[in-house]
Parts: sequence; structure tokens; C-alpha cells
Amino acid sequence: MTIFSSDVTKPASTPAPPGFRKRFPLATLIAQRLGLSALLLVAVSILIFVGVEALPGDFASTYLGQAATPEAVANIRADLGLDKPVATRYVEWLSGALHGDFGMSWASHASVSQQIANRLGNSLFLAFAAAIIAVPLAVGLGMVAVLFRNRVPDRLINVVSLAAISLPEFFVGYLLILFFAVELGSVPFPATVYRGMPLFDRLEAIALPTATLVLVVLAHMLRMTRAAIISVMASPYMETAELKGLPSYLAILRHAVPNAIAPIINVVALNLAYLIVGVVVVEVVFVYPGMGQYMVDAVTVRDMPVVQACGLIFASVYILLNMMADIAAIIANPKLRHPR
Amino acid sequence: MSEKLDYLVQQAKAGGLDRRHFLRLAATSGLTVIAAEGLLASRAMAEEPPRKGGHLKLGLEGGASTDSLDPAKYSGSVSFTVGRTYGDTLVDSDPKTGTPLPSLAESWEPSADASVWTFKIRKDVRFHDDSSFTADDAVATLKRHSDTASQSGALGLLRSIKTIENRAGDLVITLHEGNADLPLILTDYHLVMQPNGGVDKPEAGIGTGPYKLVDYQPGVRITFEKNKDDWRSDRGHVDSVEIIVMNDATARIAAISSGQVHYISQIDPKTVSLLKRSPRVEILRTPGKGFYCFLMHCDTAPFDNNDLRLALKHAIDREAMLKQILGGYGSLGNDFPVNDAYALFPEGIEQRLYDPDKAAFHYKKSGHDGAIVLRTSDVAFPGAVDASVLFQQSAAKAGIKLEVKREPGDGYWTNVWNAKPFCASYWGGRPTQDLRYSTSYLSTAEWNDTRFKSEDFDKLLLAARSELDDDKRKALYRQMALMVRDGGGLILPVFNDYIGAASKTLKGYVHDIGNDISNGLIASRVWLEA
Repeated sequence: MTIFSSDVTKPASTPAPPGFRKRFPLATLIAQRLGLSALLLVAVSILIFVGVEALPGDFASTYLGQAATPEAVANIRADLGLDKPVATRYVEWLSGALHGDFGMSWASHASVSQQIANRLGNSLFLAFAAAIIAVPLAVGLGMVAVLFRNRVPDRLINVVSLAAISLPEFFVGYLLILFFAVELGSVPFPATVYRGMPLFDRLEAIALPTATLVLVVLAHMLRMTRAAIISVMASPYMETAELKGLPSYLAILRHAVPNAIAPIINVVALNLAYLIVGVVVVEVVFVYPGMGQYMVDAVTVRDMPVVQACGLIFASVYILLNMMADIAAIIANPKLRHPR
Repeated sequence: MSEKLDYLVQQAKAGGLDRRHFLRLAATSGLTVIAAEGLLASRAMAEEPPRKGGHLKLGLEGGASTDSLDPAKYSGSVSFTVGRTYGDTLVDSDPKTGTPLPSLAESWEPSADASVWTFKIRKDVRFHDDSSFTADDAVATLKRHSDTASQSGALGLLRSIKTIENRAGDLVITLHEGNADLPLILTDYHLVMQPNGGVDKPEAGIGTGPYKLVDYQPGVRITFEKNKDDWRSDRGHVDSVEIIVMNDATARIAAISSGQVHYISQIDPKTVSLLKRSPRVEILRTPGKGFYCFLMHCDTAPFDNNDLRLALKHAIDREAMLKQILGGYGSLGNDFPVNDAYALFPEGIEQRLYDPDKAAFHYKKSGHDGAIVLRTSDVAFPGAVDASVLFQQSAAKAGIKLEVKREPGDGYWTNVWNAKPFCASYWGGRPTQDLRYSTSYLSTAEWNDTRFKSEDFDKLLLAARSELDDDKRKALYRQMALMVRDGGGLILPVFNDYIGAASKTLKGYVHDIGNDISNGLIASRVWLEA
């Protein structure tokens, strides 16, 4: 489920004294992960570079499109150094990036970091709004489903959430637009947010995309919550809790949930990552200026500095969220907190 | 005749005549659809004074976060519209006839052989940063675009320029060879006049147009405010303009039907009938210069045989294609790349129609046998795969066997178009017939995608280029059209219309044959009803 399997026991880059590792297992783990992440990010950047190189056409020819003249193409190539060998260009980019300079977008001549800050802010805003509704809702509904296991509420929750996840996200989006924007006219469309937009307008604008995302990610987390709690329910201590007279909702809340938290957190982390980096379809449908659309535009014209920066951010989001999920799972589980 | 037309226009304005009816009656007075359409629009403007004020919202297709504000790098219809909203070119084109009109250049004069052109530059124009627009700015702008180190999309158009000078406040352009179309070339949307040609700051977004750029977020949203010191009083009616980039067709339709924008571009013909049901939306249809086509390489077997080419030209059912692929939103093509949206269109050339007997006759004469491979992809034009299958069926009735081969969309323009001997394709419009033919029918053209090579044709093209007499030029263009139609490798079943939609509160939309979105000038031309 996570990028790193849990049997990574050897420190990759930070050799710690044996006592240190035993006394601060969490700190050791974070240090290990950070070291590995740096390597992983370099690997990702190589992959992206090679991938974009493998696509037919380079920036000069795709950017000018069918209107390209050989002179203009040659001029752009010379200007950007596209005539240099691939390896040279990669090393040049990497040394810039290591100094924190992601360069200028080839297409718009604007600073990549600045543009990304804007787009990433939009993506995080939408993801945060969706997560703050979807996560409590999914976990809550999951618990309700367990409480009424195999009865009407459980079935209802399952059917509705599975139906929502089975519909493609663009279709859910179109349905919401049709009813709430076109027929009822109660919600603004498109959901375009821009610099200097007042917060309330912003929240109103993202109502529909947020609802779509909630519907899309709900089922996954909900089902995992339900499954994890049910598997804990079979444990002897749950029987004890029941025998000592705890009402079943309290038994679930106090004893089952803390023990089922690790797999739930993992699923939540995956869905959070998806909400930030995987929602390009929703962005297109709602005309929302997020990271996904930005990267797709850049890939279309082979704008390498932008593609690289986006790729690294996406990879970092995944790595970071997975790391946080693992840390949270360790904190939640005393057995992992004090390994032998 | 003009009395009759005036009467018709009045009827139309009074509401006693709908547009379609008006056009039909106008046609009986000898007007083409385009001219009548333009007449209706221009008269409507004259009679109903534009209402000033309001915030205009446009939902446009064709923008990306990689777009640049540098006019040299404009591509896609959003950049095109942005440039036309904040900037001006030296010359405008007439929305109805496509002939050149004065803009920042108030008049011009060619030398006898059309190789030296003198443009009088307006003296009363100021840029948005309050500096004066002078002939020096015009010289610097054109030099920046025509420089051999330029990355401009207009570089190809300006190749024939030898020198650009400021002679006592006049702009003088000397060409390597005569070109009667130079003023029209200067209407190209890349050639927006900038302070000092934009050499210091190409992305400044400062021009002389009716609106000043306020906020530019490429691929997302672009806003403008009224330029209070505009040098023209007959344009720029609204207070502010907002362009929202909407690349998703369904999103555009949802936005116009929910009343959130006043205009959207690029509607799929298949959805027009559905959108028509909406009470607050009006469909805007403008005849265009772009066309859907099938290209045969005249120098590659079996297409090196003109009888086979003629057989295929007769074997395509143009009317079915117009109806089924374009939903009727287009016009029939006649196997040469020019229609009446171009100035000096050669009228009266017989329309080629679907004729299986003639096709079978030429096919037999060509002596060819066996299946012919036709390569296609929906990247070529929307519905190209369906169109190819239609072609296959109509050809089968003439005993010609086509094998439709579907190619991957990615790389279609690199690997199939202009590379394989028979494929589906698309061409957008060019400002003039000369540029249309020079782009792909001159023997030496880089994009001669039908491998049409004829010395006689090249001579005619060059003769027409420097011919200043319109009647003589028209006669030359007629000869060229016939050569391409009867001897070339182009199968041109349909020209497609530009289809957009507007809310009913949007008034004064001018159907401009120059290009889509009222030739990019929508914001400068329309106004909003209260």
C-alpha cells in the first residue's frame, strides 16, 4: 500500500549508533525515509526527463505547431540549447534545481516556482476542502455501517457509495453541473478561481468540484474503515468489552477503532494524495486551474522545466503523505513504537 | 436593388423577417450569404446605438497555461483574441469582403510593381502606457517579427520583406518581389503594434487597443478594462472584459446555458440542435475558410495517375458529408482550397458532385486494381474516421475499394500528414488566396502536402501576386483554381463554419469571414443589453 514496504530495516543513508536507533525508532525512521526520498526524487526526475524526450517532437516544433517555419524552430532550439545532448541538458537542469532554481517556463518565460505556487495553492485548497468533508464522513459512515452490519443502513451506505465510485468522475461532475448549475442555477459555474478572489466567492465556486471529489473518494475509505473494524471485532478483547456491558457504539469507538487505525490511515493518505495530484479530469470539467491541468498543458508542448517541477511536486506529495501515514500508524500501535 | 435590400433589412430589424428568411430573400437580389449576413449585422449596428457599459464574459476554447503574452508566440484562439482586444495591427480586414481597411496605418500606396509600399501612420494614437505611437514603433515591431533570428509565428508571412524603414514619419516596406497583398499580410494577429516593437519587453501586454490588460493568468482567466483614451470611438462598448479559458466543450455549453458567460466559441455541430432548445442562447454561425480534406500525393503510385485522382474526387458524397459530419454547418467544397470567404474568389466554377458513374469511368480508365489505403484519425478533423468510412461506402458504389486505416492520434501531423500518400487532413484559413496557394501548392512549398508540382501553376501564382489590377488577378486565380481542381491531389468535400453561441443579451456580433470569434474582435464590437 505504501511506497516503502515495512521491512526496510537497514538505514539507507544515516548510519545511527545502535543505541540511537533503539531509543528513537521514530526519528531513525524519519531520517531514513528522508534520505531515501531524495534519491527517489532524483530517480523520478530522470524518468520524467527520459519520458518527455521519448515523446515525438520537441518543444520548438510542438509549441509552434502546424504554423512552425524551419527558421523559427531552429531559432527556438538554439535559444533554449535544445541542440545539446540529452545528458548535458539533464545535468544542467539538475544543478539548477539543486540550487533551488527551477528555471523559467520555456513557453511563457515566467518563473516556474511562482506559477507553481499559484497552481499548487489552488490544488491544495480544493483537496483540503474535499478532504475535510470526505475523511470524517467516510470514517463516520464506516463506523455506522459496522454498527448496523448487514442491516438496512449498512446496505444503503454500501450501495450508494459504490454507485458513486462506479460512475466515472467526469460523469458525476456533469450530473452535478446539470442539476445545480444549469437547471437550478443555485451554484456558480465554471469553478474558475483567480488571484484576488474573495474567500467566500472561492468557497462558492468550488462547491461542485468538492462535492464531486467527495463522492469519488468516499467509497474507498468507507469500505476500508468498515473492513478494518470488522476484522478487529472478531478479537477476544472485543468480546470482553461486550461482556463487561459496553454499548456496541462505545466498544467500536474506544476499542475497535484505535486498533483498526493503521489500514484506515493508509487508505486516507492514498486518497489525499489522489485529491492533490490525480484530479485533472475534475479540473477540466469544472474549468478549475489546478496543478493537473498545468502539467498536462506543459507536457503537450514539452515544456521541460514545468513538467519536471510538477513531477517532483507530485512525487513529493506521495512520499510525504505515505511517510506521514506510516508514522501515524507507528504512533497508534505500541507494538511498532517499541520494536524488539 | 439597394432599395429592396434596405426594405428587407428594415423588415428584419422590425422582427417581421427572421435571419434565415432575410438571407434567402437577399440572395434573390444577387447577394451572397456572407454579404447579406454582413449587411444585416452592419445595418443592425447603424440603427441600434450600442449601449455602453457592463462586464462582458467570454468562455473560449484554445488556451493553455503555457500561453505567452508575446504576440510573436501567439497560437490558439485565446491568445489570438487577447491580442486583438488590447492591441491593433496596422491594417484591418473588412468583415464582409475581406479587403484591407485602414487601422493604425491610415492609408497606403504601392509602387507600380507592388514591391515598395508606403504606409501613412496615424499621428493621434497613444499606447496604454501613454507614450505616442510612431512610425518607429511600427518599424521596430515588423523588424522584430521578420528578423531571421525571430521566433515569431508570422516569420513565414514576412519572408519576402527586404527592408523596413521610417521615411519622414511614413513606414516604407521594400519587398524582394512585388506583392499586391502586403496590406492584408499586415492584418496577421501576430503583428500587434507594441512600444518600440516589444523588443525590450515582448510580454508587456501594452498596445493601442480598446481595452487595457488588467490581469493575465494564462490558461485560466484574462481581464481587461476600458481604455478611456482609445483613438477610435466606434468600438469598445463594454466597461470590462473577462476571458475564461474553457477547453472542455461540455463545460462551455454548461456555462452559456446557465447564463454565466455571454459568449462561447467552438461548438460541436452534433450538439447545436440540443443547445438551440435553450431559451436564452442564440447560435452564431459564420462561414469560414477552414476545410476538411483528403490528400493524395500526385507523385506516388497509384495517385500519380490523374484518372485515379478524378475517380476518387467523383466518388466522394460531399452532401452526405456536409450533413452527417458537419450537421449542415458548412458548405460544399469543390476540390480547390478557396471559397467565397476569400477576396477575389473565382465564382461560377461548376460544383463537383457525387457521381458514381463518372467515378467508375475514370477508375476504369486509370487501370488500377485492388484496395487503396486511406489513413485517418480523429486528430485530422473532428469526425474524420466517420468521414473516411462514408467515403469508403460511397466509393464502393462506384466499384472503388478503399481500405480505411486508423492511425494513432499522437504524432499524426508528423508521421502521417505530409508523409503518407493518402490521408485525411484539415487546413485553417489564410488571409489571402496568394498565401493559401503559396503555403501548399507552390512546387517548392514545404507543406506541399499533395506533391502538386506544376511550373505553369507556379508562374501564374507569381504573376497574380504582383498584379495590382483586381480583375486580372481574379482571372489568374480562376485559372489556378481550375488547375488544382482538375489536376491536383486535393479532395475537398466541405468547408466548415465557425459555430459559437451567445446569450440573447449580447448584441452587435459581427460575422467576420476573417476568422472565428468575429476575427478575434468580439470584445471590441459587441455590447450588452440591459
